[in-house]
Amino acid sequence: MGWSVVQLVVSAGEVILVIELKLSSIKDTRPPEYVVRFLFGGSCTVLAGLIAKKYGPGVGGLFLAFPAIFPAGASLIESHEKMRKAKLGYDGSKRGRFAVSVESSGTSLGCVALAGFALVVWLGLAYANPFAVMLAAAAVWLLIAATLWAVHRNRVFHGRLRVRERHKIT
Amino acid sequence: MSDLVLRFFIGGMVVSIFALISDVLRPRGFAGLFGAAPSIALATLGLTIVKDGPQYASIEARSMVLGAIGFLVYAICVCRLLARSGSPALVATVGLLPVWAGVSFSLWFLLVRSSS
Repeated sequence: MGWSVVQLVVSAGEVILVIELKLSSIKDTRPPEYVVRFLFGGSCTVLAGLIAKKYGPGVGGLFLAFPAIFPAGASLIESHEKMRKAKLGYDGSKRGRFAVSVESSGTSLGCVALAGFALVVWLGLAYANPFAVMLAAAAVWLLIAATLWAVHRNRVFHGRLRVRERHKIT
Repeated sequence: MSDLVLRFFIGGMVVSIFALISDVLRPRGFAGLFGAAPSIALATLGLTIVKDGPQYASIEARSMVLGAIGFLVYAICVCRLLARSGSPALVATVGLLPVWAGVSFSLWFLLVRSSS
């Protein structure tokens, strides 16, 4: 098969989620691409700190939700999809754009969770231990993101729940 | 200066880790969730709490809620644009960054600045 996969099946009643870890994807990313991500991430974090210092925490806080790595990540996904298609002799431009579009729809769900994370930090820091608040906020982010994705994936509100058929689970 | 260097390294590490997680996860839609992981926030808020105190970090987090709404609108625009047009991903994602700025700053002016 050429790529190792760890499959995690999460079941909650009728809702079944299949999440895979495609470990070979690590090899698809070249070392310079990892460096670019590191530089992007580091620069954006420094920038957020500098903006907060110059214009105050009100404006600086906006940049904690800046789509820092998103353009670089999207560009990488597109180029990887193009490369895969090129190996088969096809033009992967359309496929690349589609992959980024699908990823962006997931990111939009993650943004709701990001707002949940920020809300917990905002309201929690006044009352609780900062370390506990950060842990709780991260847990809330994961919970909201996974729940929204499960609802979106299984079209819970679309009345078309055919999850078992879709995943060929009998 | 040392504070900025520390921020740079912690930020770079945290963002790289979340990007790596996003790389290996499938399906793509699920991996996309990690595109909006609180990577910069996790890297920054911890340092801010230690240096400037929880109240300062709390104010930053309040604005972050608005930034996240801006990010949501931006991500939806990227998704729709790439599904319907032939523009390359980098052009669409960078070209639409003003949408994030426009929504985030407008909300901040309307909800925070005008009330304080």
